[in-house]
Amino acid sequence: MQIFVNEHSCQVEAETRLYELRDRQKPNADLLIVNGYPVSEDQQLKGGDRVVLIRRGKQPTSADLEALMRARHTPGVHEKIKNSCVGIAGVGGLGSSIAIALVRVGVGKLVVADFDLVEPSNLNRQHYFIDQIGLPKVLALQESLQRINPGVQVETIQERITPKNLLIHFSTVDVMVEAFDAADQKTMLISHFLRDCPQIPLVAASGMAGYAPSNSITTRKAANNLYLCGDGITAVLPGQGLMAPRVGIAAHHQANAVLRLLLGEEPE
Amino acid sequence: MDLCVNGQNREFPQPLNVEQLLEHLELKPERIVVELNREILTIDRHADIQLQDGDTLELIQFVGGG
Repeated sequence: MQIFVNEHSCQVEAETRLYELRDRQKPNADLLIVNGYPVSEDQQLKGGDRVVLIRRGKQPTSADLEALMRARHTPGVHEKIKNSCVGIAGVGGLGSSIAIALVRVGVGKLVVADFDLVEPSNLNRQHYFIDQIGLPKVLALQESLQRINPGVQVETIQERITPKNLLIHFSTVDVMVEAFDAADQKTMLISHFLRDCPQIPLVAASGMAGYAPSNSITTRKAANNLYLCGDGITAVLPGQGLMAPRVGIAAHHQANAVLRLLLGEEPE
Repeated sequence: MDLCVNGQNREFPQPLNVEQLLEHLELKPERIVVELNREILTIDRHADIQLQDGDTLELIQFVGGG
């Protein structure tokens, strides 16, 4: 019969038992999961079962992780995502969450730019940790991304992005992401990038402060090759700060728009 | 002068360049991305580009936060 062991399809004899399989394939495994449930007793397996054999505390190899990722996606999708490169300008509340989502889904290469260091006030919404305070954000993020998937390529740029250096860093990405904080920086990046690289789609964000209803945040096509996520109106004001849930919603709208573009779908 | 701005036909009493249009509409240029006839303009060109009858503009406003 055919079963799946650690997401690899394999043929085993009918009536094979779980412990027998473990002893043959991974004798030191101390956590056995059958069809999503951890099991503590031996049992007979049946065709189509999905068995995961884990040795606690041992990291999977890059090849194992690759097989796990591939198995999670429709055939063909994983390759497309893995061979793609996404640029992210700004890795604060939006950019850090976008990067995490894109690495989890299997994007093979990210180019991340930010001149800033991790500060205590960032921890209310940005994907950094207390032991990363004082580190350049791009290096702290690179460390976190490689903890999720050591195979991801992360190019870090610890510089302020200007019209002069924008193309040096980002002209070869498949999709570009604007994830800055200040409105004038957003418009600078978008107008220069789309003027000089009009063939590369750009996903930007505007309006995600406070705790207004989640469903006011949308993704829309705002211009040729420009996709805009957010509610378009809620600016950062006294009494209306940036908070993790809504910034996260906007960030994941952006990440999903990137994913759709990589897979040849319109984000809207 | 007749322009199509964000999908609406609008009439303006005098000829305008892009900078003057934004001023007329009370919009801050550094917070706007301007798309003129499907071409994105950078802010340094706003004063140089004289708008023509029938031009189509998308004025995309940005607020801070990220």
